Amino acid sequence: MADKMATRQAYGKTLIKLGEEYPNLVVMDADLSKSTMTAEFGKTYPERFFNMGIAEQNLYGAAAGLALSGKVVCASTFAMFASGRAFEIIRNSIGYTKANVKICATHAGITVGEDGASHQTFEDIALMRTIPGMTVINPSDGVSAEKLLRQAVAMNGPCYVRLGRAAVPVFYDEKADITLGKANTVRDGNDVTVIATGIMVSEAVIAAEALAEEGVDVRVIDMHTIKPIDEEIIIKAAAETGAIVTAEEHSVIGGLGSAVSEVVVKHNPVKMAMVGQQDTYGESGKPEELKAKYGMTAEDILKAVRGVL
Amino acid sequence: MDTKALKKTAAEVRTGIVKAIHNAGSGHPGGSLSAADIVTALYFHEMNIDPKDPRMKGRDKFILSKGHAGPVQYAALAVRGYFPMEEFMTLRKLGSKFQGHPDMKKVPGIEMSTGSLGQGFSVAGGMAMANKLDEDPGRIYVLLGDGEIQEGIVWEAAMSAAHNKLDNLVGILDYNGLQIDGKNEDVMTVAPVAEKFRSFGWNVLEIDGHDFEQILDAFAKARACKGQPTMIIAKTVKGKGVSFMENEAGWHGKAPNEEQTKQAIEELGGEL
Repeated sequence: MADKMATRQAYGKTLIKLGEEYPNLVVMDADLSKSTMTAEFGKTYPERFFNMGIAEQNLYGAAAGLALSGKVVCASTFAMFASGRAFEIIRNSIGYTKANVKICATHAGITVGEDGASHQTFEDIALMRTIPGMTVINPSDGVSAEKLLRQAVAMNGPCYVRLGRAAVPVFYDEKADITLGKANTVRDGNDVTVIATGIMVSEAVIAAEALAEEGVDVRVIDMHTIKPIDEEIIIKAAAETGAIVTAEEHSVIGGLGSAVSEVVVKHNPVKMAMVGQQDTYGESGKPEELKAKYGMTAEDILKAVRGVL
Repeated sequence: MDTKALKKTAAEVRTGIVKAIHNAGSGHPGGSLSAADIVTALYFHEMNIDPKDPRMKGRDKFILSKGHAGPVQYAALAVRGYFPMEEFMTLRKLGSKFQGHPDMKKVPGIEMSTGSLGQGFSVAGGMAMANKLDEDPGRIYVLLGDGEIQEGIVWEAAMSAAHNKLDNLVGILDYNGLQIDGKNEDVMTVAPVAEKFRSFGWNVLEIDGHDFEQILDAFAKARACKGQPTMIIAKTVKGKGVSFMENEAGWHGKAPNEEQTKQAIEELGGEL
């Protein structure tokens, strides 16, 4: 429980293993391989690693070409540039063609920290989930990152895998059953449900523990796959707990909060609150300071829960 | 196929283009006609392909990066025997597999869905990289428009192809000088094109894109070039083969009416 690991580290380590298991795995990067953690793969399998330079559009265009020629491609850069700058290439050349490209985008959200607003994306989940056929994954810790990446590589078709810069607590056991498209209930409870994704899952657990002391029984769900979303678990949570708080390191517009509310309003409208970036840009600072300033901590989840009770 | 036969085939391809765009009531005749000779040379002479086995291993691939010229690719594939020409006459109609821009999931022989400019060129580079990795003998041919090279991704891809020494990649620039809003030099100057690609590390050849001897010779030279991708800059005439469309930017994206179609087909020596 005390162990900490960034999901990008899990990504880098898993790639080395996958390189051996998949002779047709190709890894690509855009001059950020030491940060995205693809560099190690490059050293191990130099013939199957392509550094495309600072050119994200061509990174994803060429990735499509390799994938459509039979390769499974993990193509990495920072989430801002993958989802933002290359959006239309991903939409037309990867999404529309169903190319087998895994867009493994690191440094998502506010925990990018000191680099500031230009590098902190809160829009990527929203952008990627609007692309038909795109699977969108946002792992919450190192263990689930490895398990989900493996499933992403094993499936045929485009995936967006959102990875973080900052070290976060490892809370899943190596034996945990993490299945793409099926959310995990990490804490059971019947008063209210917190549906969290990415690094906000461990924050939600902290909030739930604090609320338990006040006698509030909080269910915490790790929605690691945002698309296709696990509708069943949301409908059940709405029916059984009567209120839902979503928590994400992403804009409250278009991300997990929107995805969950789309399900809730169709099936069983219940009171909801959304914790996340509030329609604003970030700034430079330490990840923990920024999480506090922009309202993405356990404390913020706790307040939101009180608001919907 | 010799150059005389290629000329005749190109006229058939052009006739198909004009008819289909007329039937559709919309489309891009100008840029389809300007590329007709190059595309005909590729499908009927240069490329190792099999219409009976469109996914044949080791085949050469053609990507139409200037996807709005889709009719030239469809018509050439029809004449080459991938599907009947009548089928292509459903171009742009609801439910047709012949989408306004080429769709690889719907039409046999289409290697990449294109339409958003610059992307086909980038994808072609990726395909050439894959063939290098697999030691696949297939060569990748990609046709670009001159307006298209205003897209930034083209230059990212150009840099990458030279860096990766993709001598199995051949770009052909359909240099007709016109784009939707007018002449290249009035909209956004692209010249000097040869110097640009040369400075990016490409083997550059300059030809008349309507002279089959020059076209075939350029493909042979590209094949002989090692360690570098080749860009064939083909001077062309937009609307080539139909007198009233030639060199008219207005015919970039407009369908001919009944009478214009009749005249065009007559000029091409085809039948209505």
